[in-house]
Amino acid sequence: MSGAAAAQAAHDREARRRARRSRRYRWDVRYSPYAFIAPFFLFFAAFGLFPLLYTGWASLHRVELSAPGDMQWAGLHNYVRLLDDDLFWNALRNTFTLGVLSTVPQLLMALGLAHLLHQRMRGASFFRVALLTPYATSVAAASLVFVLLFGRDYGMINWALGAAGIAPVDWQSGTWTSQLAVSSIVIWRWTGYNALIYLAAMQAIPKDLYESAALDGASAWRQFRHVTVPSLRPTLLFTVVVSTIGATQLFGEPLLFGGAAGQKGGAAHQFQTLGLYLYEQGWFNFHLGRASAVAWAMFLILLVIAAVAALVGRRLRADR
Amino acid sequence: MRASRRAEAGGRRGRSGAGRTLRGGPVALAVLVLFTVGSLFPLVWTAVAASRDNSRLAQTPPPFWFGSHLLKNLGTAWSDANMGLALANTTVVAGTIALGTVVFSTLAGFAFAKLRFRLKNLLMLLVIGTMMIPPQLGVVPLFMTIARLEWTNHLQAVVLPTLVSAFGVFFMRQYLLQALPTELVEAARMDGASSLRVVWHVVFPAARPAMAVLGMLTFVQAWNDFFWPIIALTQENPTVQVALTGLGRGYIPDQSVIMAGALLGTLPLLLAFLLFGRQIVGGIMQGAVKG
Repeated sequence: MSGAAAAQAAHDREARRRARRSRRYRWDVRYSPYAFIAPFFLFFAAFGLFPLLYTGWASLHRVELSAPGDMQWAGLHNYVRLLDDDLFWNALRNTFTLGVLSTVPQLLMALGLAHLLHQRMRGASFFRVALLTPYATSVAAASLVFVLLFGRDYGMINWALGAAGIAPVDWQSGTWTSQLAVSSIVIWRWTGYNALIYLAAMQAIPKDLYESAALDGASAWRQFRHVTVPSLRPTLLFTVVVSTIGATQLFGEPLLFGGAAGQKGGAAHQFQTLGLYLYEQGWFNFHLGRASAVAWAMFLILLVIAAVAALVGRRLRADR
Repeated sequence: MRASRRAEAGGRRGRSGAGRTLRGGPVALAVLVLFTVGSLFPLVWTAVAASRDNSRLAQTPPPFWFGSHLLKNLGTAWSDANMGLALANTTVVAGTIALGTVVFSTLAGFAFAKLRFRLKNLLMLLVIGTMMIPPQLGVVPLFMTIARLEWTNHLQAVVLPTLVSAFGVFFMRQYLLQALPTELVEAARMDGASSLRVVWHVVFPAARPAMAVLGMLTFVQAWNDFFWPIIALTQENPTVQVALTGLGRGYIPDQSVIMAGALLGTLPLLLAFLLFGRQIVGGIMQGAVKG
């Protein structure tokens, strides 16, 4: 009798344990995917989304660096001040010209390099690694050495120009010359990286496209124009968007090119970008509220860029 | 394996007759050599300038070959420009960020690649969408937060905001989609393995090559991260980039010491490139095809 009860109890316990285990199993299957993606979304919410939205809120306040916790409602005051400030428009213009100067040559050269790397030759993998080394060099290290190379009195570039019979250039003080110099840092660091991205896309182009083009008697140049470039369109769009976003955020290169007063972007603000303008407003003029308004202005610009890219992307897909 | 792939590619090219049979001619080679020299020259010249006396850098023509002051300048940069502390700090920061990114990206990438759950596609789109938002735009609230937490000048202030990466999630998802057989996950499940055991014994081993590549890419990026560390840290407790910025803004007027600092701050990554250059190149190209 007692033995039967014990057996019954043991059986119950076993059943309960099995039920518990299978319940745990079902929960595990159902909820573990969320647990696995949770870290990304939690961190993004805390350090990406929240700061971005809160920037919008802070931009409607007067906040000073000396007391970041103290916010006073200011309405659109920061934006009005921004639109009234010539330096804001100057920074916007500089960001645009620097963006064009650095992105266009960079992507064109990357495309050409990718085409060369795509051909069969010795040392191909050496070239790939060598062309990527600037990518491993930090903005700071690269900018510091370029400052010396572009030096007015003892720089290597002016020395070379002099050897070619050209008068030395005061790179830093001119608008165009300084922007060319800053762009050259960006171009130096990113050309090889983009070349590799194009190369990867080129390697994915089906060979028979080239075969039929060759059968039609297309020259190497025509093949490049009519087979390679059209097949690369999505990648081209991708790199243009990424480089454009990068260009709107340009900061480290002009900061360090400017030396001691780098946040001004040169004595006449001739290469001050929006990023530098934000930094100057927030951390040198101590107006965090206005810095937030600059950040949101940059965000709006990005939204416009994204909208344009989406439109172009749709056109590309429709064309196919 | 690489040899066989190359042979196969060669065979295909042989048959195709034209187009990709393009062999790199001397012109192509010359252009590539030119760009290679252009890519390496500023780095080499950094070392040249770092090995010279400061007064030599204020003469024309500029020096083209190494001098004898390298060790002295490196030493000055190490002690006076705080490069020693900066290197240690950056190793900790970049190492932690790389580790966190790899683990979190693998977990999320596995879930997106092989598990079923509601809103999966929408959430993946959201991950990709976040790649388009530059972190620079949120610096003011981030700064206000760390100021309140009194984290200014503390390394966690630069580690935590960068601990996950949308690119990483995407990268691991694409890799696991093709590298991890679904049957393997299901078989482990049948044996009653919990999700964590599946991750540990099935997913991590399968993902190891991609984890290594993602780890290296993230490490390089974190090592070179600029904007946020400049704001969150000061010269008292700098990362390499913060210390170099201090140098560039006139903290030390000696140009050859500045170049020595730049060299010190870049050397670890250059070494990594020397050792793992091919893998890093492969990783970038892998991420690109799928991206």
